[in-house]
Amino acid sequence: MVAQLTALERTYAAIILVVVICVGVAMAVVGRGDLLAVHGWIVAAYGMAVMVVLLRGIDASEPWEERFREYYDDPTRVGIILSLIWGVIAMAVGVWVAALLAWPDLTFDAAWASFGRLRPVHTSGVIFGFGGNALIATSFHVLQRTTRARLPDQLSPWFVLLGYNLFCVMAATGYFMGMTQSKEYAEPEWYADLWLVVVWVVYFLIYIRTLARRREPHIYVANWYYMAFILVVAILHIVNNLAVPVSIGHAKSYALFSGVQDAMTQWWYGHNAVAFFLTAGFLGMLYYYLPKRAGRPIYSYRMSIISFWGITFMYMWAGSHHLHYTALPHWVQTLGMVFSLVLLVPSWASAGNALLTLNGAWHKVRDDAVLRFMMLAAIFYGIATFEGSFMAIRAVNSLSHYTDWTVGHVHAGALGWVAMITFGSLYALVPWMWKRPALYSAKLVEVHFWLALSGTVVYVFSMWNSGIIQGLMWRTYDQNGTLAYSFLDTLVAMHPYYIARTFGGLLFLAGAVVAFYNVWMTISRPAPIDEGAAADLPVEPPAPRAWAQAGE
Amino acid sequence: MFNFHYRLERNAMGLVLAIIVVASIGGLIEIAPLFTIDETVEDAPDMRVYTPLELAGRNIYIREGCYACHSQMIRTLRDEVERYGPYSLAVESKYDHPMLWGSKRTGPDIARLGGKYSNEWHVAHLYNPRDLVPESKMPAYRWLLRNSLEIDDLGEHLAAMRAVGVPYTDEMIENATADAYGQANPDSGQAAGVAERYGDATNVSLFDGKPETLTEMDAVVAYLQILGRLTDAARQAEQAKVE
Repeated sequence: MVAQLTALERTYAAIILVVVICVGVAMAVVGRGDLLAVHGWIVAAYGMAVMVVLLRGIDASEPWEERFREYYDDPTRVGIILSLIWGVIAMAVGVWVAALLAWPDLTFDAAWASFGRLRPVHTSGVIFGFGGNALIATSFHVLQRTTRARLPDQLSPWFVLLGYNLFCVMAATGYFMGMTQSKEYAEPEWYADLWLVVVWVVYFLIYIRTLARRREPHIYVANWYYMAFILVVAILHIVNNLAVPVSIGHAKSYALFSGVQDAMTQWWYGHNAVAFFLTAGFLGMLYYYLPKRAGRPIYSYRMSIISFWGITFMYMWAGSHHLHYTALPHWVQTLGMVFSLVLLVPSWASAGNALLTLNGAWHKVRDDAVLRFMMLAAIFYGIATFEGSFMAIRAVNSLSHYTDWTVGHVHAGALGWVAMITFGSLYALVPWMWKRPALYSAKLVEVHFWLALSGTVVYVFSMWNSGIIQGLMWRTYDQNGTLAYSFLDTLVAMHPYYIARTFGGLLFLAGAVVAFYNVWMTISRPAPIDEGAAADLPVEPPAPRAWAQAGE
Repeated sequence: MFNFHYRLERNAMGLVLAIIVVASIGGLIEIAPLFTIDETVEDAPDMRVYTPLELAGRNIYIREGCYACHSQMIRTLRDEVERYGPYSLAVESKYDHPMLWGSKRTGPDIARLGGKYSNEWHVAHLYNPRDLVPESKMPAYRWLLRNSLEIDDLGEHLAAMRAVGVPYTDEMIENATADAYGQANPDSGQAAGVAERYGDATNVSLFDGKPETLTEMDAVVAYLQILGRLTDAARQAEQAKVE
């Protein structure tokens, strides 16, 4: 991998790593006596580990000029593996926290193993570790194919991928130690947030520089979504994480906003993390890998335009439906509800567009579990967005809010939509990336498909039951006009569903382990080179001198 | 419209700007006015700030992720008001950086927990919830009683809170460490200053029952006992409605 970098890029990489290591040591020094120091050492160790890899390949000869005739896929390959590793770990933690709610003494009197600390490890691990790495890996792949241009250089994609994973490592290790801002899905502290901004700017620059070099006049739909993902996540991340640290030597910070303004900002962020991280980015995947795998063009170009701009515009209004009947002013709640309802139109336009694309390829859906993953993802996307609009209605929300129904809804989206489209896309991508004729085992993909589907169904149904029962019990009055059930009664009623949910999660985790095994065997097994891969090349540059890269 | 888009999607920077503009509108219209419209947050002249010990307890509450299972936001619904008390007002979390309204009730809402149970109950419950409530799903937080509380840097914490707009005085910041100690040790010389700076109603008590040490348990219990009691505005609002 290092051999693919030019000598100049290797030098720059070494300089960046020295800076990272120095920053880590500086954090350890100014933060001594505080948990910040632990993160300082982790940053320094991470920098040194990457440095070791770099130094071992630093003397390799200059990469062959012919590389410009190929796409640059090394970061995508590593990103795929990182995504699967994060996925297995984070889903395992998910099963653990699910079990903690059924059997709370599994904490074993260790602070790091308590529910409150493990839960963000699960949520961030799945969203940012599994989902984020899959987005970065696939976006580099899709960007190059749809622009028919190679990435602008070989260093910045590594900076983005490895820098992003450093952020994920700081997030996960921080939660175990109790370092959190308490803002859901934005828990990492100020220094990790600042680092992510740096990484994100470079990510955006890669995108815009590659688009500038494109050899296709039009920018393909998938890239609109990836760009919306990059841009809007940047806006959300910066605004929601505004905070004042206690001092430069403290990990702890205090949020700039308080109370009602902070609540609105947080759920504007929280809901649009769903919209632009977990929806826009993965729609980018859907718009490339589903038509590609089905061998059919996207059903409607106009529907893609309507759904893209509808999602980009309307989602940003919807966050306040998380705060119905709270101290948030009524007019904001109403706006959030109305936009959440209208949002169903672009959401179903996307889901419908995906399913109609499969017209004429349904026999492939039947025979090919990889394509079936993508089809199922589109169906769950439709279900989850319908449910989301429904739950945003104030009267429905009064029942569903604060209960497991919300958790069930989130998992219908996260397991059914996000994870299914990711697994489908990665299964399609792995043979292309490692130039194999096929995956190690199509049968294991089939096994994974049914594990994933049954796990999702068990999980979502148990949470629907648990949530609706609890919501109803809270508001039930007896004939004397007093509340019929104590809070504890509802807790007892939920217990069997918590066990069922843990089992559902376990099935889904088993599927992810099967996926990891299948991908690993595909990569490690020596296989004949797929002849078809020879055609997977960028447009040949017009003149040899055009091989010079942007910025050179 | 589609012709316009046909041109737009050939222009990368145009697309970037369009996405930023289109995506920014919703947030601007919904969030910015919350800072300017006066009625958003009620007036509560009796509202006090968290004492250093309560703030330390709040930070432990955040550290342990308690907000993942307990909300601090009673909605304007009849059953919630009857179960938990007067619905929450915006002003009650005015000094909450960040807010801890929560999103899930695996355990009950605790916006009005302060004063509902004794300190002894809280200590025993945090030590092992199932000793008191056999069906409880809450983790046992035994380490709170083992860990001594970090109080040396509380002045810096208060200063940071002041930087984001909480009206701590210079005196409060200077005496933060002493006040934290005093609030948990009523017989000590530092106890008097707490009531002087934060009001006579401030809870000065041996929260964890042990005079010799200042533990994280002291701070957490002090925080739990102030929940819903920084101002009386919510109860007064309910009283006014009845009359």
